[in-house]
Amino acid sequence: MPPSLFLEQMLNGLQFGLMLFLLAAGLTLVFGIMDMINLAHGSLYMIGAYLTATLVGLTGVFWLAVVLAVLGTALIGMLLEVSILRQLYRRDHLSQVLATFALILILNEGVRLIWGSQPLLLSAPEGLSGPVEILPGLFYSAFRLTIIAVGLAVAVLLLLLVNHTRAGMWLRAGASNREMAQAMGVPIKPLFTLLFGVGAALCAVAGAFLGPILAVQVGMGESILILAFVVIVIGGIGSIKGALVGALLVGIVDTAGRAFLPLLLGQVASPEVASNLGPALASILIYLLMAVVLFFKPQGLFPART
Amino acid sequence: MKKVLWLLVFLGLVGFSLAQPRSVKVGFVSTLSGGGAALGIDARDGFNLAVRLLNNQLGGLPVEVLIADDQQNPDVARQAVDRMLKRDRVDFLTGIIFSNILLAVGEAIFEEKVFYISLNAGPSEYAGERCSPYFFNAAWQNDNLHEAMGQYVQTRRFENVFLLAPNYPAGRDALTGFKRFYRGRVVAEVYHRLNQLDFSAEIAQIRAARPRAVYAFEPGAMGVNFIKQYAEAGLMREIPLFLPGFSADADVIRAVGRALVGVYNSSQWALELNNPVNQRFVEEFRKAYGRTPTLYASQGYDTALMLDAAIRAVGGDLSKKDELRKAFLAGFNSTRGPLKFNPNGYPIQNYYLRQVIQAPNGEIVNRLVGTIFTNHSDAYVSQCKLR
Repeated sequence: MPPSLFLEQMLNGLQFGLMLFLLAAGLTLVFGIMDMINLAHGSLYMIGAYLTATLVGLTGVFWLAVVLAVLGTALIGMLLEVSILRQLYRRDHLSQVLATFALILILNEGVRLIWGSQPLLLSAPEGLSGPVEILPGLFYSAFRLTIIAVGLAVAVLLLLLVNHTRAGMWLRAGASNREMAQAMGVPIKPLFTLLFGVGAALCAVAGAFLGPILAVQVGMGESILILAFVVIVIGGIGSIKGALVGALLVGIVDTAGRAFLPLLLGQVASPEVASNLGPALASILIYLLMAVVLFFKPQGLFPART
Repeated sequence: MKKVLWLLVFLGLVGFSLAQPRSVKVGFVSTLSGGGAALGIDARDGFNLAVRLLNNQLGGLPVEVLIADDQQNPDVARQAVDRMLKRDRVDFLTGIIFSNILLAVGEAIFEEKVFYISLNAGPSEYAGERCSPYFFNAAWQNDNLHEAMGQYVQTRRFENVFLLAPNYPAGRDALTGFKRFYRGRVVAEVYHRLNQLDFSAEIAQIRAARPRAVYAFEPGAMGVNFIKQYAEAGLMREIPLFLPGFSADADVIRAVGRALVGVYNSSQWALELNNPVNQRFVEEFRKAYGRTPTLYASQGYDTALMLDAAIRAVGGDLSKKDELRKAFLAGFNSTRGPLKFNPNGYPIQNYYLRQVIQAPNGEIVNRLVGTIFTNHSDAYVSQCKLR
């Protein structure tokens, strides 16, 4: 296997993993701190992508559209928390799953009503739509490189926020023991609303940058939500560091599996078998990874609760 | 006296209902939402346009078209088809875009002895041993457009080629068809998950394999994403990309733009085919919907014309199934000129070469370049026992 192929696939894995991290970060904090299963998290990702596509159409400037869409989605997330999700904290997980699943259906239909059932077009900004030469002879999509840069920047910011600010300290305290944190005077209510806003904003960033690569369509949140749950289970619920490591693991394993498994199988089996078995095996690889991690570390790689 | 009067009224009503003109019900199950929606919507609009231009009649009978969205999901399609067969008692069914969905509902339709006129999906399964007297395809057999492209890439003498398709029946048919006529070396034959949208892994494989040419069958949103990402990775200039006509018509051009310029593709239909049916179709389609029709739209339009011709040939008596079948086989006047059918229900027709170019006025169009196959049949017809 040529080293350039390997390097390119690693970059692909890194890019996918960083976007997964943006989704998983909000999910893991909400799950870990509020003990709340929010299936509608993926819907915020969808809303972020739709807002970006619409705003790009209105303003014509990609970056302005991204900023506005992120702010807009954060606002929508906070509104959802204040109006609906706040009522669910005291309920059991089953009620939360039911209620947030209903929310998925409502938001999907709402998006369908506003934007129609055909996918929206969202293109990478003009200057980034070509390839760049990152190493002699190795070209890589400029937009995917941008995604990696944005993903890394957001990840660093988030880690700083969680580890070196007062709000971050409250978050960590809440994640490790909610009742105790509350008893020590952590302002839980505004903290939760803020947390939801941040989670929604991260979703919107992922939606805005994955939109041009994937597609802006109804139901785009559900398929990626499953992966986000795999990530937080692997990383340990409530842990930002765990979410980052888990997301990178899932991103790289998924990409590498898709790229290399059929090649490896092709060495030992007939091309027909390899082309049929390869994609099937590749798609179960991340669940296999999850099973292995859970076998050795049932709490995930970096458990937040002690 | 009163009883007699009621009886008269009753008989009058019966007489009235018998005198009512008969009508025809067509079930149209298609993909109208999600990544494949552009295909289903174009096919539906083409079909509806033909029905409207025929004064809402097919073969002289007033027509009722029942439309359902299969969401590109076999289960949803199954429910819609069952409802149309059992509750609505439709006379004909059509509309399905994707072969895996057609294969999930086909047998149920044939068992009810209802004709299914496919306007797109043409799986090899229904072309050979499992062919059915109740199945016709107004478009093509899945392999055909790819056979044409295989032939063209062969005549251009590319030493080797990289093949890419989604892992579903039509994807496997596509690459089988391409390889039937391409005699060079196949560097790799890569199948990926259906409806995959990120092609980074496949594009890296293409770059590493350094083939002389790439052939990709990527219907719907997959095609839009693949071509965009192929161009973004800078491969368009290095390795020529060949496509079936599905990925180079107006809908994809709208989404992809300049990246497509120069790409050769194959089709059974072209915008500028010079016959009166096609000229009227293109003109009326643009007028009605304000956009350029695609091959999917032409297939929808032709399917309505095919039903119209056959129903007219049997004088509107839909119970004469054998005669209807003969009428379908006899063919009709399509946007591709007079079209005839093989006993397995698939058409015998020409396949054309087209190229996407930028016209002098800046508009990007898919231009007719030449003919690859003349009066071409599919490869499976000899395995079908129907006559």
